[in-house]
Amino acid sequence: MERDKPSVGGQPQSFQQLRLDRVSRSFGSSIALAELELTIQAGEFIALLGPSGCGKSTALNCLAGLLPLTGGSIWLDQQRIDQLPPERRGFGMVFQNYALFPHLTVRRNVAFGLVMRGVAKKDIRARVGAALELVQLQAHADKLPGRLSGGQQQRVAIARAIVIEPPLILMDEPLSNLDAKLRLEMRAEIKRIHRDLQRTTIYVTHDQDEALSLADRIVVMNEGRTLQIDAPEELYTRPANLKVARFMGYRNLLPLDIERVKENRVFLAESGIRLEGVAQEPLATGRAIASIRPDDIQVDAPETSQGSVDVGNVLLGQVEIVEYCGRDYLVEVLTSSGLLLHVRTQKRVVAGEKLRLAIPAERVLVFPPE
Amino acid sequence: MTNASNVAKPGRAGALPYRGTVNRHDPIALLVTPALILIVALFLCPFLFGLVLSLSTHEGASFANYVKFFSTAFQRQTIWTTLWLSLPATLINVGLALPIAFVTRRHRFQRTLTTVLVVPITLGTVLIAEGLLLYLGPQGWLSRSLLWLHLSTSPVHLTHNYWGVFLSLVVSGFPFAYLLLLSYLTGIDPALPQAAATLGASPRKQFIHVYLPLLIPGLAIAFCLSFVQAFSVFPSAVLLGAPAGPTRVISIAAYQAAFEDYDYSTASAIAIIMASVQLIVVVLVLGVRGLFYRGPTGGAKG
Repeated sequence: MERDKPSVGGQPQSFQQLRLDRVSRSFGSSIALAELELTIQAGEFIALLGPSGCGKSTALNCLAGLLPLTGGSIWLDQQRIDQLPPERRGFGMVFQNYALFPHLTVRRNVAFGLVMRGVAKKDIRARVGAALELVQLQAHADKLPGRLSGGQQQRVAIARAIVIEPPLILMDEPLSNLDAKLRLEMRAEIKRIHRDLQRTTIYVTHDQDEALSLADRIVVMNEGRTLQIDAPEELYTRPANLKVARFMGYRNLLPLDIERVKENRVFLAESGIRLEGVAQEPLATGRAIASIRPDDIQVDAPETSQGSVDVGNVLLGQVEIVEYCGRDYLVEVLTSSGLLLHVRTQKRVVAGEKLRLAIPAERVLVFPPE
Repeated sequence: MTNASNVAKPGRAGALPYRGTVNRHDPIALLVTPALILIVALFLCPFLFGLVLSLSTHEGASFANYVKFFSTAFQRQTIWTTLWLSLPATLINVGLALPIAFVTRRHRFQRTLTTVLVVPITLGTVLIAEGLLLYLGPQGWLSRSLLWLHLSTSPVHLTHNYWGVFLSLVVSGFPFAYLLLLSYLTGIDPALPQAAATLGASPRKQFIHVYLPLLIPGLAIAFCLSFVQAFSVFPSAVLLGAPAGPTRVISIAAYQAAFEDYDYSTASAIAIIMASVQLIVVVLVLGVRGLFYRGPTGGAKG
């Protein structure tokens, strides 16, 4: 696709930096989005991640201009854009339900943005052709959207958004209406398109796998507030607080008493259990919560008997429930001290089996209680 | 979607096909028979009876009544008189209803406006005609207000002529067209104009390229229903118009044949002609609609 086309009617064409300055939106007395602070470099792929109702779609609609802000501002380099109507921002948007024009063929759907910009007919034909080729839909160009499958409609929506060569592409849960297999395919497709075109993309999702696999940086949100902004690996291994940890798959959250603290190491204890972990925030005494991901727990057979007391980060337990997940098993283990742990293992286990669980101390993240 | 799930499985007693579609070999389809008989008895029978009656003249079975109608200028003229009233009134009703429905579709006063507009529909044409007689007559509020404001030098005559009937058709027909179009408009997925906006369409272009094409079926239906309603105008043509001349509509001709001349055969012929004109206009409008997109107005799927 051609680049560096002449700028159209004062629309922002390319930029170095997109800055969201305390962007807020409330509906009546309820706050949907509270002071979102985010600076995005050109070419980045940003995911807004959070449960439904966390404000991520609100943030996207504010960026697109479909929802006026109730506070803060949005800057594209030195230009303030939050007062511009959506048609003058020139951002491409992919809607959750695709929002294809049902009365127009695939070709005319994709051409819509170019027609609105008054691009010459010859150029429209060429650029629409190129966009349809990019999403591999040339064969369906003259069909109405209603005749396409969900995945094809999704690709039309993407082609329609990128053909106008927007400086910023906004995607609102674009894969949530697709089945599991198609979702994986389209995820790869979106990744490929981003790699080829290097367009700055903001992607809204509630699926942490999607966010982790696609984004350069992830914004974790909950109840309108930003919890953490970080690269996927950072977020996964080092969640900033319990809420993020819970959302990133730390399923074992164990409230325990602090025994002693040595530098950033914390020793936790409670009736017959002792656990060493890493303090994520300064801790002294009282209660704390140890959070452990199911796949950080190692499973062995109980070859050496340690008596009835769990010592260090070795716990003894009995298998309660086994869920087969194809590649591995998700197991619920009841320890001898009465804790229920979620464990992910490739080792074949059966209910009732006795296990010895080892947890590396650096993978036990200790947070103060909420 | 598989066709297999449409087929009622034999051997499973009491299991109803849960699909919305009616199978051709489905005995359940027979349940519509009583309703069908009722419809035939109520609607088709009077029509056929009228058709037969219109063809049975004093000289036996003939088209004499039709020939007489079309060869008499006084009678023939009623078709044009009625069209001249009903077509402009329909155009005004649908033409006004579209922008007003568009502006008020998400307005917070929309419910109030809808309630106010439903009133004329519930009142009926006779009551509207009486009200307009008081309001629009030479001694009515409108005329007196215009005189008082010096906008007019002589009393305004808006009753017992073309305008009286025309205005009553607008008053009774507009709410109908408005409510119909409002329901069509609110059925359009709001994500579609939003998508158009992000692609660079100004509000005007969103209307032209998204709303209007998706509204064509609604406009056609609203036009047809409003037209049929206006074409069969009777009470207001008598009460507010000049039934002897300028507003002698086709229903008056039929009424006179039936209840002044007691010639049911001619009256039936006029009624059949009236139905034919309505049918021609409706078929024309629906034919034009067929040239446009008429599928669902949501975002295709999802």
